[in-house]
Amino acid sequence: MQLTINGKPEELQADTIMDVLKHKDVDPHMVAVELNTQIVERDQLETTNVRAGDKIEFLFYMGGGA
Amino acid sequence: MSFSDEQITRYSRHILLPEVGGKGQKKIAQAKVFVVGAGGLGSPVALYLAAAGVGTIGLIDSDVVDRSNLQRQVLHHTPDVGRSKVQSAKEKIFLLNPDVTVETYEDRFTASNAMDYIAPYDVVIDGVDTFPAKFLINDACYFAGKPLIHGGILRFEGRVFSIVPKQSACYRCIFNHPPPPGLVPSCQEAGIIGVVAGIIGTIQATEALKLILGIGDPLTDRILDFDARKTVFREIKTKRNPRCPLCGDHPDITELFEHEHEACQLQTPGAFGIS
Repeated sequence: MQLTINGKPEELQADTIMDVLKHKDVDPHMVAVELNTQIVERDQLETTNVRAGDKIEFLFYMGGGA
Repeated sequence: MSFSDEQITRYSRHILLPEVGGKGQKKIAQAKVFVVGAGGLGSPVALYLAAAGVGTIGLIDSDVVDRSNLQRQVLHHTPDVGRSKVQSAKEKIFLLNPDVTVETYEDRFTASNAMDYIAPYDVVIDGVDTFPAKFLINDACYFAGKPLIHGGILRFEGRVFSIVPKQSACYRCIFNHPPPPGLVPSCQEAGIIGVVAGIIGTIQATEALKLILGIGDPLTDRILDFDARKTVFREIKTKRNPRCPLCGDHPDITELFEHEHEACQLQTPGAFGIS
């Protein structure tokens, strides 16, 4: 199934957002996840399904400034 | 207010712009901007806003200049090592543009003083380097109804986005709460290429000026991420989150508080940055 992950098209097999995170080896605590511009809450990562063509963004925390 | 001949010359390249003109320059001269942190982001923000003629710049920072700051904190020079950051900043801003009133606060920005500090200002800039402080600034600006220009930097990457409370997505709409302690490194732990602070800070200053002038499209409901290794900017569209604990439909956060400061240790140093 084709998904767009952080702006790049990728081919991978996944049922849920959590599957995508695991596939990309991303710790769910490290990111905010957006599915088609809508934030997916952490408690819904395992129950939110992905479909071909979905756009997924992993926003990593960036806490520096000084 | 009217400008002197010297001021007209100083701001002539602004006044030439149809979107600014004399009227816009007056708006800039009357504006008050509060910069939290006189460091990596605060330096370019304060310098460019001062050069632009922003009437009042408030600066809060409790730190003194450390030699390791000089690689990116361009407000501070070698002889300033050991001196108060806000005093050092005030002197540089005065040399650059004596028109600017600089209010300095050698203090920590906390849940108990945040509302008082930001109250007199029109726009707030996030130039802090801890998650608890970033969430506190977001929450305070929401309660005070002040526009906030968020900035974040780490290693070769940076992020900017603007928040107009109750109108656009806030920091908590996206991130909800800080990461678990120790999971995400700080610049002190992980490093930062100095110029990224300049790139992100100057975008923050640009967004502040646009808000003051009321021109263009603000960087709201869009997160702008920059990766210096690839020289790529990426815009991530976003929107207000009905489940946001601060500005959502059923908020849990009804007053200011501070998240606990993270422990300074890393658990997963290699897991940052997806490509």
